[in-house]
Formats: sequence, structure tokens, C-alpha cells
Amino acid sequence: MAQLSPFAAARPEEILLPAKPWFVLFTLLCGLVANSMPVSGVMLLLKPDFLALVLLYWCIQEPRLISVGIAWCVGLLMDVSDATVFGQHALAYAVLAYAAEYFRRRVLRFPLWQQAAQVAVLLLGCAALVLVIRVVGGAPPPRWTYGVGPLVGALLWPLVTVVLQWPQRPRRSSER
Amino acid sequence: MRHISLEPPPFFHRGPSPLTRLAFFGLLSLALLFADTRYRYLENVRQAVAVALYPIQRAVLLPGEAFGYVGAYLASQRTLASDNAAVRQQLLAQAPAMQGFPLLDQENAQLRALLKMAARFPEAATAAEVLYSGRDPFSQKLFVDKGDVAGVQIGQAVIDEIGVVGQVTRVFPYMAEVTLVTDKDHAVPVKVERSGLRSVMYGAGAARLPELRFLSPNTNAEIQTGDRLVTSGIDGTYPAGLAVAQVTSVERETGQVFARVTCKPLAGVERDGQVLILSRAAVSLPRPDEPAEADAPRKGRGKRRN
Repeated sequence: MAQLSPFAAARPEEILLPAKPWFVLFTLLCGLVANSMPVSGVMLLLKPDFLALVLLYWCIQEPRLISVGIAWCVGLLMDVSDATVFGQHALAYAVLAYAAEYFRRRVLRFPLWQQAAQVAVLLLGCAALVLVIRVVGGAPPPRWTYGVGPLVGALLWPLVTVVLQWPQRPRRSSER
Repeated sequence: MRHISLEPPPFFHRGPSPLTRLAFFGLLSLALLFADTRYRYLENVRQAVAVALYPIQRAVLLPGEAFGYVGAYLASQRTLASDNAAVRQQLLAQAPAMQGFPLLDQENAQLRALLKMAARFPEAATAAEVLYSGRDPFSQKLFVDKGDVAGVQIGQAVIDEIGVVGQVTRVFPYMAEVTLVTDKDHAVPVKVERSGLRSVMYGAGAARLPELRFLSPNTNAEIQTGDRLVTSGIDGTYPAGLAVAQVTSVERETGQVFARVTCKPLAGVERDGQVLILSRAAVSLPRPDEPAEADAPRKGRGKRRN
């Protein structure tokens, strides 16, 4: 029971090492590349916003490092690489970062699957904001499958957490 | 006497509050949104970024492509044989039309030469492969693997083996963006094959079927469900006679002068593998002078004559 499993999230009593800025940057870049992955068909419907997911993770875990400003800049990059309206992702990510900062203490109290439920709400809110921006800008409403991506993203939350936490788990030579 | 510093130690110093920052960046992005939708000043930036991102995108595509190649390589003999048989049958079915075609073509060319009309179909066409569909869920785009280097230009029509797919709207060096006929407000001038009635088909986004607009009020009888729509060629972009869509519903309401006509695109607009990019007609018609009330029909959808 007390055994530390490397394939689970860190428990509250486990003290994590501080995240290295280059690692944070690297994961954000990975998210950007994953987002610009060219897919079509069913995969396109299922594809979550990886960058939003990674960003949300860092906003919740390392609010000193990543907050509204950085999220906004990352959103601008996403807008440029996506060739959509300039500023839509920037606004959405900034709001997402703010929401993450507001809710982070609450989110962190729960086990991973319950965190995922709250993350689903945050990601859906982010997607809804993009929807409002675009529809106000004159775009037609998308298909109902628009909401699938954020939900898939929330399902990936435990995985993202475990993977991104990996480098910050203290290594103990004498693990039982 | 020294005063005790009232400022918090730098450890607690975290800059403006998150809400302030959110308000600042929110306003900034709203300004950007407005400026971009209004002035479209970012096209060049996008072009540069697209060129820079192209190698990464191809690299990301590679595993999928490799998987596809391996899959195709391992396709069983039987599938290939049955495919082959189907293609042969199709070829045979088209044989009568094909054998008569050169004669008709010749006749047509002679008649057109006699009448001093330009050739209807452009000579050259570029075959292209669909790389992926656009990521933006609000617009209907497709990316193909031929671009500036292969001579693709903005405005060229794109078709598949059944009908019109769309139009090239952005050209990058090694790929091009095709806007599908289902994209919102993408207009294709069409005519009803059966009756020759002219209209314009407007896309309405992913969730809805395209609609016909600018039907004159007393020609409602000349269109019915199941009619095929072909390009009329009056815009100089799409050559005349390409199949576009089939009418799925004609709603006539007693209060309305105009019928509401929706139609379904024929071409595999969202499931294509290969497409053909038609080069533009060598001699395009001169643009007619703008009439005085050029934008009058724009608000004509709900217009009534009292």
C-alpha cells in the first residue's frame, strides 16, 4: 500500500522537485507539434487540444512558471501555426490559465480520475469560448462532434499528469 | 533613522494580480481578433510560418504514411484481383462512351472553331493527393500535396472523379489549401441540368447542406428534388458542365416568394484520396462593368417585392 509506484500520480505527501523551465518549454513545444499533426477522418474528431492540456497541467502544477502571460503567447503561436483567426487561441488559453490558477488548489485535492472530470469542465469551457469567438465572427456552427475533443483530452489527463510528473519525482536509491 | 521598508520581500513579489493580467491579455487578444477579421494583415506571416512548419509536418506525417505503405504492400492478392476486376468492368462499361468521344470531341472543336468560341475545358490538369483535412472545425478546407512549385495557382477549380470538390484558396510552395464547396458562403454558379435554370449554390458550413440562392421567383417549378446541378461556368473559375450537387429538398412556403432549396454535394468532398486541379482557361472573359446596384442581390435572400 505504501509502495511508491512510478506509474501513478505523486501522492500529496510526496514532495516534487521543481520543474525545469527547459522541460516545460519542451513539453509545450511537443504539444504544439502534436496539435499540428495532420490527421483526417475519425482521428480528427477525436483529436484533443494537446497544447491546452499540457498548458493546463503546468498552470495547475507550476503557477509561478506558467501563468496567463505565457499562456497567451503560446496561444498566439498556436494561432499562427493553425492559420485561423489571430487571437482566438490566445484569448482562450489566457482564460484557461486564469481558470486553472483559480481552481488549482481545489483540483489538486482530488484523485486523478476526479481531477479529470474537473479538467473536462475547464477544457469544454475553453472550447466553448473559441466557439463563441468564431460564431460571433461569422463562422457557421460546427458539428456536434466539436465537444468530443475536450472530453478525450480530459480522459488523457491522468496519463499527461503521470508523464509530465515523471522527471520531478525524487529518485530514492533505497526504494522499498 | 532608518525606516522599515514597507515593500514585501522579493520572494512574495509576483507582479500584477492574475485578474489584471487576464484583463490586459484579454483586451489585447480581442483587439487582435478584431484587426485580423477586419484587415487580414497576417497573410504574409502565415505564409512564412507555413514554409517553416512544412518539414515538421511532413516528419509528423511519415509514420502514418509508412504504415499506409506497409498496409498496401501486404494487401492480399485477392483484394487486388477483385479491385482489378472491378476497374476492368468499369472501364468496359465506359467503353461505348469513350469510343464515341473522340469523334464528338473533334466535331465539337470544329463547331466551336466555326463559331469562334474558346475551348470549354482547360487543357492541362494537375493530379494531387490529399494530405489531410483542415484542423479548424469552423471551416471546410483540404490540403493537397501540390503547390506553387507544381504550378498551382489561387482560384483553380478542384474536382474528383464525380464532381467539383472546391477551389484553391491558398498556395504554399509545396502544398495548397482547397476550400470545399461546403465551406460557409463559398459560392458556385450552377444550373439545373434538366431545365437549364441558373442559380448560385452557397455552402453553409459542416453542419448544414448548401443552399441555392438567387432563384428568380416565378421559376420555382423548374426545380425539383433529385435534380442534378452542374456548373454553369459564368464565373470563369469553374468550367461549365461539371457535376456539383443533387437537390435534396425544395421547400415552398406560401408566405415566401422564394423556395428554399438545399442540395447535397456529389463529389466525395470529405473522403477523397486523389483530386485533380484544373488549370484555368487560357483566355478568361473580361470582367463586365459593375452595375450600379452591384450589391443589391446580397441582401436578397429575404427580399420581397411588395
